[in-house]
Amino acid sequence: MCIGCKQCELGCAQQNKLRYDDAVAAESVQSEHKYTVVLTRDDKFMRRLCMHCEHPACASACPVGAFHKTKEGPVVYDVWKCIGCRYCMVACAFSQPKYEWGSLNPRVRKCIMCPDRVVAGKQTACAEICPTGATKFGDRDDLIKEARERIRQSPTTYVDRIYGLHEVGGTCVLIIAGVNVEDFGYPATAKIGETPMPEYTGQVMERVPDFIPVWSLVLGGIYWISHRRQEVAEAEATERKKNGSAR
Amino acid sequence: MNIKFTFWKAVFAVIMVLGLYSTYVRYLHGLGAVSNMTDQFPWGFWIGFDCLCGVMLAAGGFCMVGAVYLFNVESLHSVVRPAVLTAFLGYLLFIVGLLFDLGRPWFIWHQLIYMNPHSVMFEVGMCVMTYTTVLFFEFLPNVFERFHLKAPIRWIHRIYPLLIVAGILLSTLHQSSLGSLYLIMPSKLHPFWYSPALPFFFFGSAVAVGLAMTIFESTQSAKALGRHLELPVLVRLGGALLVALWVNALLRFEDYFRRGMLRQILKPSYEAYFLWVELALSFVIPIALLSFKRVRISPNGLYLASVLSLLGFITNRLNVSLIGFETYVGHHYMPKWTEFSVTLMIVAVGFALFRLAVQYLPIFPKDELSPARVGASHPAAPGVPAVLQHAGD
Repeated sequence: MCIGCKQCELGCAQQNKLRYDDAVAAESVQSEHKYTVVLTRDDKFMRRLCMHCEHPACASACPVGAFHKTKEGPVVYDVWKCIGCRYCMVACAFSQPKYEWGSLNPRVRKCIMCPDRVVAGKQTACAEICPTGATKFGDRDDLIKEARERIRQSPTTYVDRIYGLHEVGGTCVLIIAGVNVEDFGYPATAKIGETPMPEYTGQVMERVPDFIPVWSLVLGGIYWISHRRQEVAEAEATERKKNGSAR
Repeated sequence: MNIKFTFWKAVFAVIMVLGLYSTYVRYLHGLGAVSNMTDQFPWGFWIGFDCLCGVMLAAGGFCMVGAVYLFNVESLHSVVRPAVLTAFLGYLLFIVGLLFDLGRPWFIWHQLIYMNPHSVMFEVGMCVMTYTTVLFFEFLPNVFERFHLKAPIRWIHRIYPLLIVAGILLSTLHQSSLGSLYLIMPSKLHPFWYSPALPFFFFGSAVAVGLAMTIFESTQSAKALGRHLELPVLVRLGGALLVALWVNALLRFEDYFRRGMLRQILKPSYEAYFLWVELALSFVIPIALLSFKRVRISPNGLYLASVLSLLGFITNRLNVSLIGFETYVGHHYMPKWTEFSVTLMIVAVGFALFRLAVQYLPIFPKDELSPARVGASHPAAPGVPAVLQHAGD
């Protein structure tokens, strides 16, 4: 359905007060001034944007909790908290967070799914401006139902697959297309899997609270034993000396 | 003044000038101007070397404190102080490096108020912060002794058992957590380096590096300060290093075996070359060298083996943090010269501070007193905790 008109890019730029002109429109990569991009391969088009994971890696990775998922779905960013460690950028399986490399007080930039509009019950800017309805906003479950319906009705048009349904535990941006999304740089399902990314580190982190007391006790025990042995040895030595001199 | 000294002074001056220029670029033109980091490579040389390698190379502190104070290995006593000094400087400089790398370093204190306990980075940050404080206290007796302050030394000694246990606990946590950082990117990091066992590898290699680093710095400072080299101590460390290397090598082998990677790591590829360099330097060559008794008891042999393994583990950290991402990103990352120069400046400052510290503080035992004998020849006075004596001498 996408015709590559890039209206979504424009709508996004307007919503987020980003510069948008012919030069920016011609850029085919996302950046700190381009949260979403329409990509072209032959006569097919595809958008890229933050996937708004159900279990966002960025939010779990951030040491100061600058990212969090709102109950409506958007994964939003609190610039005040951010210290600029960029772990979110490395952690994101979709490499969505971008950085203001030229700034002296840089921020992480990415699509935040127009949280103000969403809370107000409106569509996102990109969905609203889309002339063909290729970008559709709605309740996740409804969208999944519609996607299944569309795939069922025109199996020749669509690849039988909803990208984002299970990937990394499910995302709030879902994609159906006539081509493989991997051709447009999306990571393959086999690669990212269906396990929520935070679980990989969570498995280790959840052991930390138990590990601390146990390991402290072990270390303290070793300390006590090794020094006790020395004390005993020294006490015995002095005793022996005393006995020796007394004799 | 001899020529060599002025030569190194000149080198130091050049490094400082270039480093200060890069510092100027960093803070007045931003990260983009000073580094080759991009949205595709958000973590560059500063994370790979200054942070990962820096913390790893400072592991000697907790290893030696653990050996001497926890396990009461008296014979290693003379190396504790230099090891603690190295660790303390290492962590301070790591924090300095972090101030360069963080995009908003002026908000580094947010770590203390906006805590996200799910974040590995949070754990690393908290551990590094508290451990640096612990190291500060472990280092303090040097200063007190220098100024003959008896009372504060006693205070420190009273809390010494606590410092020792806390220091080792915190080191265990954050050395391994630096590996856990990478667990969240199974789809990005190359399978040669991504493994669920990363935290174990990072901790295991930190112990090996702690031993190797202690051999390295003992030899190096003996040379630089014209001190007499304590061979028995080095031989003992060399033996421990051999064991640590074997344990690390077996862990790595077991991991590759279980993940069915053995065939792949033998096939030539861009990553394989880096892996081979890493494995050869960190395991194959040093283990082979140290297996010869002749090498294990010669100062030069021990020095060579430990330097090689240090280079090997540095390669490992750089592989994990940089090389391992190149295939995913699709292009190479080469640090800009200004990135190198900042790192060089930090390292040079580290060397200079170490030099100053050993010159003005009682870091190394006086040569006429062999430290191993000092501890042994003064049996603990009645009622005085054993630690007190050892921490002090």
